[in-house]
Amino acid sequence: MTAAPLHLAGERLMLDPGGCLHWPAQRMLVVSDLHFEKSTSAALRGALLPPFDTRETLAQLAGHIRKYAPRSVLCLGDSFHDSKGAARLQAADHARLQSLAQETRFIWVLGNHDPTPPADLPGDATPEHRQGPLVFRHQAQPGRVHGEISGHFHPKASVAVRGTNITRPCFIADGYRMMLPAIGAYTGGLDVSAPAIATHFPRGGRVFLLGRERLYSFPIGPSRPGAARREPEPMPLLTRG
Amino acid sequence: MPRTLPEPFAGWFASRGWKARAHQLDVLEAAQRGENLLLIAPTGGGKTLAGFLPSLVELAASPREGLHTLYVSPLKALSADVARNLTTPVTDMRLDISIETRSGDTSPDKRCKQSEAPPNLLLTTPESLAVMISQPKAAEFFQTLQRVIIDEVHAIAGTKRGDQLALCLARLAMLAPDMRRIGLSATVAHRDAIRRYVADDAAIIEVAGGAPPEIGMILPQGRLPWSGHMGLASAPDILTRIAEARMTIVFVNTRAQAELLFQELWKLNDATLPIAIHHGSLEMAQRLRVEAAMADGRIRAVVATASLDLGIDWGSVDQVIQVGAPKGVSRLLQRVGRANHRMDEASIATLVPANRFEVLECEAAIAGVAAHELDGDPPRPGGLDVLAQHILGCACAAPFHPDALYAEIRTAAPYADLDRETFNDTLEFVENGGYALAAYDTYRKLFRDSEGLLHVMSDRVMRMHRMNIGTIVEAPVLKVRYMGRGGGTLGEIEEYFVNMLRQGDTFIFAGRLLSFQRLRENVCEVTDGGEGEPKVPAYEGGRMPLTTNLASRVRAMLNTPSLWRNFPEPVQEWLNMQTIRSVMPGRSDLLIETFPRGDRWYLVAYCFEGRNAHQTLGMLITKRMERFGMQPLGFVATDYVMATWSATEPTDLARLFEVDMLGDDLEAWMDESSMLRRSFRHVAVIAGLIARHYPGHDKNRRQVTVNSDLIYDVLRKHQPNHILLRATRADAAAGMTDVGRVADMLSRIQGRVRHIKLDRVSPLAVPVLLEIGRENVRTNDSDEALLEEAALIAEATHLPEPRQGRLFG
Repeated sequence: MTAAPLHLAGERLMLDPGGCLHWPAQRMLVVSDLHFEKSTSAALRGALLPPFDTRETLAQLAGHIRKYAPRSVLCLGDSFHDSKGAARLQAADHARLQSLAQETRFIWVLGNHDPTPPADLPGDATPEHRQGPLVFRHQAQPGRVHGEISGHFHPKASVAVRGTNITRPCFIADGYRMMLPAIGAYTGGLDVSAPAIATHFPRGGRVFLLGRERLYSFPIGPSRPGAARREPEPMPLLTRG
Repeated sequence: MPRTLPEPFAGWFASRGWKARAHQLDVLEAAQRGENLLLIAPTGGGKTLAGFLPSLVELAASPREGLHTLYVSPLKALSADVARNLTTPVTDMRLDISIETRSGDTSPDKRCKQSEAPPNLLLTTPESLAVMISQPKAAEFFQTLQRVIIDEVHAIAGTKRGDQLALCLARLAMLAPDMRRIGLSATVAHRDAIRRYVADDAAIIEVAGGAPPEIGMILPQGRLPWSGHMGLASAPDILTRIAEARMTIVFVNTRAQAELLFQELWKLNDATLPIAIHHGSLEMAQRLRVEAAMADGRIRAVVATASLDLGIDWGSVDQVIQVGAPKGVSRLLQRVGRANHRMDEASIATLVPANRFEVLECEAAIAGVAAHELDGDPPRPGGLDVLAQHILGCACAAPFHPDALYAEIRTAAPYADLDRETFNDTLEFVENGGYALAAYDTYRKLFRDSEGLLHVMSDRVMRMHRMNIGTIVEAPVLKVRYMGRGGGTLGEIEEYFVNMLRQGDTFIFAGRLLSFQRLRENVCEVTDGGEGEPKVPAYEGGRMPLTTNLASRVRAMLNTPSLWRNFPEPVQEWLNMQTIRSVMPGRSDLLIETFPRGDRWYLVAYCFEGRNAHQTLGMLITKRMERFGMQPLGFVATDYVMATWSATEPTDLARLFEVDMLGDDLEAWMDESSMLRRSFRHVAVIAGLIARHYPGHDKNRRQVTVNSDLIYDVLRKHQPNHILLRATRADAAAGMTDVGRVADMLSRIQGRVRHIKLDRVSPLAVPVLLEIGRENVRTNDSDEALLEEAALIAEATHLPEPRQGRLFG
């Protein structure tokens, strides 16, 4: 898996095709929207989904940690699907997470799904985390920012190529901010053209779709909120067969 | 001794100038002896009345309260029509017999009244029956039941709806031990399987076929196309035929074809003949309007898909035109039978092949009809997903003991061979998900009491279950609606298609040229008209493969040059040319041609196993070619052949087509394939893992809903033998991947691979080469390759796309 470099607020960040971000200068690993225990949360409402999502997501996370051997791991919020999620962890999963968090410093940025720190797990909890020129928060703030890294929206993007549509989770960034994809095993996504995301990138930017071995990068144009009239056909980036 | 109907029936028949038919009397007598029956008769044979006669006679002789006969048909509209047709004799003879229908549309009020005072005859669908079965009052409601009539058995046995109905019948047999069964079926290939579906001891009463149909063929004027499946070139001839008949059904194979042909006909329709369109994605109201117009004789033609294969009798249809490949003899007969619903008159039909291979297929189908050689697969074993749904339904009605339920379920034909372990696994899935991790003990849906009876955990579970009964799973669809307040709804199209549209893009739907404006929640907003090349929505699973019987007929024709002179001139030339340039595929060998073209090598295998099997084969063969270092670049599959292209010359083809390719490659590929993912989604929905409907306005719905692909990936990794994955693989093997057919072929052709090396493309290979680029077979590998390509272009052009509607266009 080849990570791709991206500069934000003068810092060199590595985007990993596995959906995590590594900040080499600080040896910090950033992951977003793990949504641990989404399955048991659904089970409470009557849908008995396969209860292996936490295990699966943990395995991904452990893999990233092994690969980068970071000094700290920052979870960008919604690490648990709900505030009681940590209490529902299976014993084995709990032990695994516990040992990961003991070996490396964990920073739990709080999200809307998990507004309180995870009970019984090591690490520091905070509504937002600043380090160097960067600010890490769960949900992007409206207006101008410089060096913001957030999650929350689970960005994904579609590429139409040869008559089919390929949709993947993605990073989305302009020179000012970046959003991370969700890496939870059961997390879906929101298309980057949705106003909730697009509004944060009024000047356009780039998306980086997660591939098996590498990222696939595409530029995106400025958003045109409320555009309803027919614009002249732009130069087609890709033609459909 | 001349047999007669009892009064007042004899009198009523006479008053209409009718005479009871022999099979109607046979059915009556057999039913009076208490036998279970399967009545096989061609359309127009008075089948439905025959089915009802025993019940009407019994009820006329001794009127009573309570449910006497249940009629189940796959079509809601059919129930309503049959109810109307029954009301006439009942009213005429002043019989004291109550008749009602029940479907998803029946008001709660009426349903409530029905359960308090059941009608004598209740006409319903498998889904509504499953809902009734799940009610605690089911035992009381059905205890008086004497008879169940299953209509269109041939269409329902072997489907998931058929599995559901069979399970419900097993339950009814327990609730009403006196109940007898009458199945009504069109002529079928697998009679005994259909008979057993009705009842293990059912007797068959068969009506000899009516007049044989008269089937002709028309070819497009001018050049006979080499490829393409739409048949648009024949539109002028089709229109001429329409003008000559009173009412025509123009059957096509896909909804996209229906839309295109409809457009094409109207372009030419200077006389403005009333021509309508009918397919499964159109708004129900629109479909009903068309059907009503047919019934009243207000239209001259309707372009239709399988949505009109079954259904009520439109006596005035006097011509059927099949555009495109007929695919199978039984299917063709079913369609042809839609014309002229009178048994003793010949149905008139015309076949319109769209390309030269289809000419051969049409010739084969006409011969197959003449030989009365029916085809189609025998019913497959019952689905475990349907079983799971049924188990929960039973629990909703009353607590049960697993031993008793297992015994009951085995009396349903599709589940006769269900082993106890599989039953237990399915039951466990219903109870608590059946996962290797005992995570859900606190969230279980069923609990066991001290006597071993299983109970439903809560009312909530029951409510959820009843809202989600049914085995028809649609692809994710979006409503198509005109923009603006009160804009009319036109129907539904699949989400993936809308995802490819940008504002202003035009597409053809519901017989209209529409311009896509925007997507709002689950509504695709459109306006009329627009510019540019319109797209046509395609639909998942819209195509059925060529049947084995028809394929072997085509093969046999290719090997009998004496028959060729009956074929159209261009076809004769084409075949003769093939024998000069290459050879004909044999009856039992596998002809493989290889030749260079441009900078590629092509391999064309004449397997004749149908599109689905060829896709599977293509996937496996290209994987093997990769391993053998032949650098495969792609493949394409049609109903007749599979072709690959590669960077180096394919050699040692016997080894390439060895039967051992069905080992690991198959498993690995199947699990990754989009077909399995699609199957899994269906299985997960039917089994109740993914709910389609939630009680009330559950605002947490989005939090519960997880994309089925994500679930599939996780489950596959952590519990590959989970019952739902087993069900998924069984479904895919039988259906979309047709693995059975690939396996049969591979073992048949061992030692019989005939490799012909050519220096250029052969005449027979031209059609498949023309398909290249039109068909995209997706695997995860190719997704990566496509993304790579897209990223490369983006890098080179560096042009940002405007973010409007969709990101990339």
